Amino acid sequence: MKNEFQQAPTADLQQRELDSICVNESELVHPWWHNFKYSAWGILFGIVFVKAEIISWFRIQEMFRFESFHMYGVIGTAVIVGLISVLLIKRTKARTIHGEEIHIPKKEFNKGQVIGGLLFGLGWAITGACPGPLFAQMGSGFSVVIVTFLSAVAGTWVYGLLREKLPH
Amino acid sequence: MLEIIKQPWPWYVAGALIGLTVPYLLLVGNKTFGISSSLRHLCAACLPANISFFKYDWKKEAWNLFFVGGIAVGAFIAAQFLSDPNPMVLAEPTAEYLASKGITDTGHLLPAEIFSWDQLFTLRGLVFFVIGGFMVGFGTRYAGGCTSGHAIMGLSSMQWPSLVATVMFMVGGIAMTWLILPYLLTL
Repeated sequence: MKNEFQQAPTADLQQRELDSICVNESELVHPWWHNFKYSAWGILFGIVFVKAEIISWFRIQEMFRFESFHMYGVIGTAVIVGLISVLLIKRTKARTIHGEEIHIPKKEFNKGQVIGGLLFGLGWAITGACPGPLFAQMGSGFSVVIVTFLSAVAGTWVYGLLREKLPH
Repeated sequence: MLEIIKQPWPWYVAGALIGLTVPYLLLVGNKTFGISSSLRHLCAACLPANISFFKYDWKKEAWNLFFVGGIAVGAFIAAQFLSDPNPMVLAEPTAEYLASKGITDTGHLLPAEIFSWDQLFTLRGLVFFVIGGFMVGFGTRYAGGCTSGHAIMGLSSMQWPSLVATVMFMVGGIAMTWLILPYLLTL
């Protein structure tokens, strides 16, 4: 099995660790088409997003107005299922399907979680979408959301540009 | 069977499937769930502009782009082949409130009064698409994650910085909805 995969270089790990969400340092390098196993789950995910109306601007309004339980139920169930899964993985010392040890990077606290979190919350209530639903809104035919999406990419880019000047 | 699938899915089905994304990604490839980082990878791939934040080997994170691509395809499939012929049912008080602001197109996932091309070059379009989208992209990256990375992945792995972020997402959303959006909806 070792012969099938080459070791991945780790030079830029530290760079990506600046941003805790962005670290996936698998030791294995696979052919590119292995990525379709993520597309497959993404497709299921997109169907769930539409069928449970999670991508609906109205459901987000209901949530923030405390007039419906739906979104709280979705997020709450997801967290509980995720929590149990992570506990089981840790308890059983489960490994990946390729036999790697599972590693969950630790998130470090910085002021960004407060300031950035607040800014994202404000935007979330306007657009009715976090980044995931943006992709689903475009996919389900709301073509004007492309503008929202490009603005979100621009926002990410401007953050990268100003990063050193912002409080962290 | 298809009739059941076409109906709106209850929260516990959706929540369970979304929660299972966490172990799926871990077990299949040691990946931690997070969607907003895809926006960063797009910046790194398309316009790194010598900014150190975008100078990394984004190809290593290509899985994330395959994942979000899948989301768009899945949403297309659901909208084309699995859509519910009945209009969406909205909570009565929310519907009444929005109607008082002139938003009455409650049958679809997004109201046509806001989310259509003819709104793009209006003040409303500037706020709802351009400024709103910018805040989502800037805020999630500043916070180091979004609803998936912090609220679901972060809370699932019991990381308190993610709890802080999640609380701030809610504070921001509630403040916008109750204090600012009433004015923005009249634009």
